[in-house]
Amino acid sequence: MSLVAHDITFAYPQASPLLRGFSLEVEPGERVALVALSGAGKTTLCRILAGVLMPQAGSVTVDGKGHRAYAGCALSVQLIAQHPELAFDPRMRMGRSLAEGAVGRSVEEALAQAESEGLVSAFGIRREWYARLPHELSGGELMRFCIARALLAHPRYLICDEMTAMLDALTQAEVWHAVLEIARERDMGLVVVSHAPALIDCIATRRVEL
Amino acid sequence: MRNDAAQARSGAHPPVHGPHGDAELHHHHSHAPTSHHPGNHHLLSVEDLSVSFDMYDPEAPYFRAGRVERVQLHDLTLSVHAGEMLAVVGASGSGKTLLADAILGLFEPNACVRGRIWFDGEPVDASALERLRGHGISLVPQGVAHLDPLMRVGDQIVGACRGAVRTRRRARMRELLESYGLAADVERMYPHELSGGMARRVLLICALMDDPRLIVADEPTPGLDLELAVHALDDLRAFADGGGGVLLITHDLELALTVADRVAVFHDGTIVEETATASFDDPALLRHPFSRALWHALPENGFTIVNPAEYADASPVRSGDMEETV
Repeated sequence: MSLVAHDITFAYPQASPLLRGFSLEVEPGERVALVALSGAGKTTLCRILAGVLMPQAGSVTVDGKGHRAYAGCALSVQLIAQHPELAFDPRMRMGRSLAEGAVGRSVEEALAQAESEGLVSAFGIRREWYARLPHELSGGELMRFCIARALLAHPRYLICDEMTAMLDALTQAEVWHAVLEIARERDMGLVVVSHAPALIDCIATRRVEL
Repeated sequence: MRNDAAQARSGAHPPVHGPHGDAELHHHHSHAPTSHHPGNHHLLSVEDLSVSFDMYDPEAPYFRAGRVERVQLHDLTLSVHAGEMLAVVGASGSGKTLLADAILGLFEPNACVRGRIWFDGEPVDASALERLRGHGISLVPQGVAHLDPLMRVGDQIVGACRGAVRTRRRARMRELLESYGLAADVERMYPHELSGGMARRVLLICALMDDPRLIVADEPTPGLDLELAVHALDDLRAFADGGGGVLLITHDLELALTVADRVAVFHDGTIVEETATASFDDPALLRHPFSRALWHALPENGFTIVNPAEYADASPVRSGDMEETV
């Protein structure tokens, strides 16, 4: 039972391979930091692990199953992307966007679930934000929605790509403490990408060089 | 529609003052080694600035909503010295950009702005700020999105002008392009042909065309990691080292501590403490509980969250009556 990337090779069109024969295994409860220079393919790897991109060779399995096996239900790997302003439908109100995390539920049920699970309070989401459109919130506020939406899907593994790079120090600490507590409660595995070595020292249980 | 912007009260004293020790708290701030006041005044002084918006009550039902005044900035005081970079550090979405707008004299029609601003020792009002915009105080915005995508870079830098003025401005532009290491063919390019680093230099050159004394940089390094961000700010640092003043607005305390001389901590619509960067070496040197909370939240200093009740009611660090510090 783990998130396994086996022998991954990936190249963007007309470019030399970014990843060549890369393998990674993340156990539940583990917090793995990906460390590499900028442009080395950290974000690409995150997208491959989350099933957003398909590698040219190699495979990703989540608790023994491929991404395709999750068709129609919530994937057990959720990605929190680097740019929250690109992660929401610009024409959809934030409440509905948040509710998408609970697949197969109505908006009201999903929001009630987010509140009963404590996600709304843990990330300081205000109810008056539900009626807003993405451009009416700041980057930090959108990031809170991104995290709550991902956790509403009850993933076994959470991939955090520069999750708090755009937050101030105090909010960064608040958000990470909330995520780490939920990860402990649910025995989730985390993959963390951050440019700040000090932050990685605080969070990661293991580092992997790309 | 009210717009009684940045009125300099005729009776108020300009913030002129004599020599004092670096660590001494005066004018609500303490100094960095590079801070100095030629002519015994600050390059920019903002005192008791407040910005509020007159709007319909968003809580009330439609048709019955009355007008309410929403306060976004209150009692905000800061000073920029010649030759230094002051970083205003605060959470995203907390209203830091309103401060930049107020200094540049850009006001929304429903904004109500009060306070006193001095630039280079002179009290300035809304119309003076408008005259200074681009000619004394320049803005470096976030990124390439602020350039017109359909206009060649050179035409944008030179701006709308003709005849002798145009010739002079083109010469100035070429001088700046060369001194910032950009090839001459950059002026024929469109914004999408520029790399991120080139775009930032072009934006800086736009700001430098009219020899500003003060540059306001609003989150100039979005999405860059610390090393790249520090490198991107090299040019602004050089401008400050050459005797100009830089007001850097950012959410990133780590970046601010790396490049700036002094840090102004922005919290809840005001600046709670303005202090030398070196004060962040030791929390005992920080006077305001919120600054200390920020210090403790840094990953390298424990990554701990302080109970908000500890700083919620603390008033900003002030040095008492201004005139006594003259």
